[in-house]
Amino acid sequence: MSFANASLSALRVALDTKQVSATELAEYFLARAEKALTLNAFLHIDRGLTLSQAREADARIARGEAGALTGIPVAHKDIFVTRDWRSTAGSNMLADYISPFDAAVVEKLGGGGGKSGNGAGMVCLGKLNCDEFAMGSSNENSAFGPVKNPWNLTKIPGGSSGGSAAAIAAGLTPAATGTDTGGSLRQPAAMCGITAIKPTYGRVSRYGMIAFASSLDQGGPMAKSAEDCALLLDAMAGFDERDSTSLNSEIAKTPIMARFVAAFASGKPADTGSTLQGMRIGVPKEFFGPGLATDVANAVERALKEFEKLGATRVDISLPRTTLSIPAYYVIAPAEASSNLSRFDGVRYGHRSKKYSDLAEMIANSRAEGFGPEVKRRILTGAYVLSHGYYDAYYLQAQRVRRLIGLDFQEAFKSCDFILGPVAPTTAWDIGAKNNDPVAMYLEDIYTLGVSLAGLPGMSVPCGFGDGNMPVGLQIIGNYFDEGRMLAAAHQYQQVTDWHTRRPEAFS
Amino acid sequence: MSGSFANTPAGWEVVIGLETHTQLSTASKIFSGSPTQYGAPPNTQANAVDLALPGTLPVLNKVAVECAIKFGLAVNAKIAPRSIFARKNYFYPDLPKGYQISQYELPVVIGGEVNITVAGVEKTVQLTRAHLEEDAGKSLHEGLETSGVSGIDLNRAGTPLLEIVTEPCIASAEEAVAYAKALHSIVTWIGICDGNMQEGSFRCDANVSVRRKGELKLGTRAEIKNVNSFRFLEKAIQYEVRRQIELIEDGGRVMQETRLYDSDRDETRSMRSKEDAMDYRYFPDPDLLPLEISRAWIDQIHDEMLIDKSDPTSLDVPERMAVWLRRAYGVSAADARALTADYTICGYFREAVLNGPRTLLGDARTNPAYIKLCANFVISEVNKKRNESDDPSWKRWVSEETAGQLIAKVFEGIISLNTARQLFSEFWDTDKVGAVGMRDASAVDEIIEKRGLQQVTDSTAIEKMVDDVINANQKSVEEYKAGKEKALNALFGQVMRASNKTANPAQVTEILKRKLSL
Repeated sequence: MSFANASLSALRVALDTKQVSATELAEYFLARAEKALTLNAFLHIDRGLTLSQAREADARIARGEAGALTGIPVAHKDIFVTRDWRSTAGSNMLADYISPFDAAVVEKLGGGGGKSGNGAGMVCLGKLNCDEFAMGSSNENSAFGPVKNPWNLTKIPGGSSGGSAAAIAAGLTPAATGTDTGGSLRQPAAMCGITAIKPTYGRVSRYGMIAFASSLDQGGPMAKSAEDCALLLDAMAGFDERDSTSLNSEIAKTPIMARFVAAFASGKPADTGSTLQGMRIGVPKEFFGPGLATDVANAVERALKEFEKLGATRVDISLPRTTLSIPAYYVIAPAEASSNLSRFDGVRYGHRSKKYSDLAEMIANSRAEGFGPEVKRRILTGAYVLSHGYYDAYYLQAQRVRRLIGLDFQEAFKSCDFILGPVAPTTAWDIGAKNNDPVAMYLEDIYTLGVSLAGLPGMSVPCGFGDGNMPVGLQIIGNYFDEGRMLAAAHQYQQVTDWHTRRPEAFS
Repeated sequence: MSGSFANTPAGWEVVIGLETHTQLSTASKIFSGSPTQYGAPPNTQANAVDLALPGTLPVLNKVAVECAIKFGLAVNAKIAPRSIFARKNYFYPDLPKGYQISQYELPVVIGGEVNITVAGVEKTVQLTRAHLEEDAGKSLHEGLETSGVSGIDLNRAGTPLLEIVTEPCIASAEEAVAYAKALHSIVTWIGICDGNMQEGSFRCDANVSVRRKGELKLGTRAEIKNVNSFRFLEKAIQYEVRRQIELIEDGGRVMQETRLYDSDRDETRSMRSKEDAMDYRYFPDPDLLPLEISRAWIDQIHDEMLIDKSDPTSLDVPERMAVWLRRAYGVSAADARALTADYTICGYFREAVLNGPRTLLGDARTNPAYIKLCANFVISEVNKKRNESDDPSWKRWVSEETAGQLIAKVFEGIISLNTARQLFSEFWDTDKVGAVGMRDASAVDEIIEKRGLQQVTDSTAIEKMVDDVINANQKSVEEYKAGKEKALNALFGQVMRASNKTANPAQVTEILKRKLSL
């Protein structure tokens, strides 16, 4: 039996009916990962650790204590700290860093070091490559080399969760975690043809997520379908007293999500309890302006028609400050990053330069050697916009714009249930193509940044292929806490389309 | 006001603002669960959050906020319904995150006032603000000189501080010290700070400037740091005022700078000038939500701070406690002031009154004579012991209950006041040295019994002693009868000595007089 393309529910059935053990599943995916080293998706694999977790999952299954995810493999973006696997954030600064604790997400899903069988009981296959400190849209900023797109090895997989997206597209893991600060879950998902959801800010604990921009960072699941993402998100989300920005409300679990999971656990196709009939889908004109590649526009347009066929009504809307989201984001995110990354000073852990004659030099040289160029660029930008005399003009102004962008979305949601559009203006580009033009790279984030600034949930769903057979992603943006309906809508779309089931030939 | 300018040359005016860092007496740190105990081995009280390991996040300690609210209420300040934690960014090895979490634009406590009295003149020192922040760790160099390395101890990193800032409204070193003492009394009184200056729990920085009288513009200020006692605060300011005036009179200019006070040489020295001043790049900490304090929370803390729950104005702060003591116990204004100089002193007094014996003669607790006895004993005996220590955060080596027992025994006539004084002093000194912990109040009875310290009130026994003394001191008797009152004192002393100071002095006097007049 081929498990590479199996859904999580199919894997659950296989485990429960003893067609396969968690150990065999882990072996199966480890073997695939080891054969696909050319993708550079995994940074750390430790067979022994993974298999010991798998054995414990098997024991848990044998005791009849298995949950919906127990024994199913997962791999974590290397931005989540783990006790046993190294946690590098894709940086030389943390090349040998091992955390004394597991991130909240790792605890919840299971697959943390040592204490397997904890949380949902998933089995960790290893840690996935990403842009350094999650800063990038192409995964070329990893200190450990770029990740390649399984659909075309000369192309980037998107970023910063590029390792996660590539690993799922290539069938190296059935599930992965990622993080999204300005599009880092959605954009690589789109470029690798998989499904991902960035939850409402505060749904998923940031404890143990190596911080890039605290007010924007949000962890989320990446998988092959909306159904899989729903199950993973349900296990990841929840209040955590260790994260002051974590949401502590009843609304954190919507009935749809619960129904989704219930149907899922029984092995039947999910009954979402929701229908697209009568739903209003808002289409922002700013997402279809100049800059949007024709092949992407065509694929997204076809997806919109599909939603209409499912009974949804198309509504033209406007998000007038879409273009302002780029400067606002590239002020706020670097500002927070410049401060968040100050702890990497070579004093207590991480890279310490061998060349110094005093303290100031030790700190300066450790940082100069430990950080890559994009990280330095953002630290410099961030320090600049926060400095005396510039704060009001940049940081404060950006915060005002951020508030207005949030208001634009709320205005739009008065006339629609979801907002649909492209995730990125183009499909994946050639590795190296935009390396010398950071601004061109920043412009790629235009459709995802607003959602992050507003703290809204956003999804990427495969919706076709563009030139060169490269995947295109459809973005579904929902209002706060509306992940349940978004996932259900995406699920309905995936019931009538097969884009999400397509796999790159080289890895099938 | 002339007294306030004792050290200021004529024609000059001094303007001082004080910034005081008070370390809050919370069990754990302000943003992590690590304990805050002083003196633990290096880095044994620092967890992943304090070490700023990747992925850690701050969580605000509610008790620290309660301390700030208590302080705001105590100084009649406004407590901000919404305040913001900001990051102050700078690199230093003992600052693990590379930024200090503090409050910048919107502090938790706004305004407030502290009343002081200098040379009999009352003055109100206006506060600008008080804000919550975390302390840094410590760099250690001592003992490591030869190894070529420095140590970092992060035990203190993340300890909660309340920084209390005054307006530039203090006019002399004496006023500055009076303010610092009053503030010290308040923060220790309301229990938010242990006040230990040696351990750095209460640290003052002084912003000092001078200007010629009549000048409206403030002079350039220098900030003096590292002052860890009231005496040094006074000397540091006096030195700095002299330095600035001499500098200007010599045609120089005061530089805006930070200066360290060196107590060994009694001088301030430049630490860094404004040119080296760092740009801290303050911005709101995105890891923490705005601090929101509801009216209900403030009201609840206010009610918990009342001396008398039925009286909403009876907030337990030194000034209002003095008023309350006068009303509740009828003590004099002077006694009330003396008794509220310190929370512990006041506690001794109230506990002693509570311990008042209830005998056939009535309830001593409402007996003015007994209350006066308590006040006198606490003001003289306890204060004497307290003043022996230079440290304002003195420890009480004798419990309030034990002191109360001693006073009650005096009132009941079981021991003499003199005996009570001696026992109190003895308990204090031995328990302090022996560090045996405080002895139980019930030990008082045992010691009196064992040493035979009971006052002799048996008049037959006293008459016998008086007779013996009269027979053996005929010379004094004759002198007394010849009108020399002083001779009575000598005879009295003889009787007391004969009784090993246990005879009731009033009875001795009475019997002596009666027998001599025969």
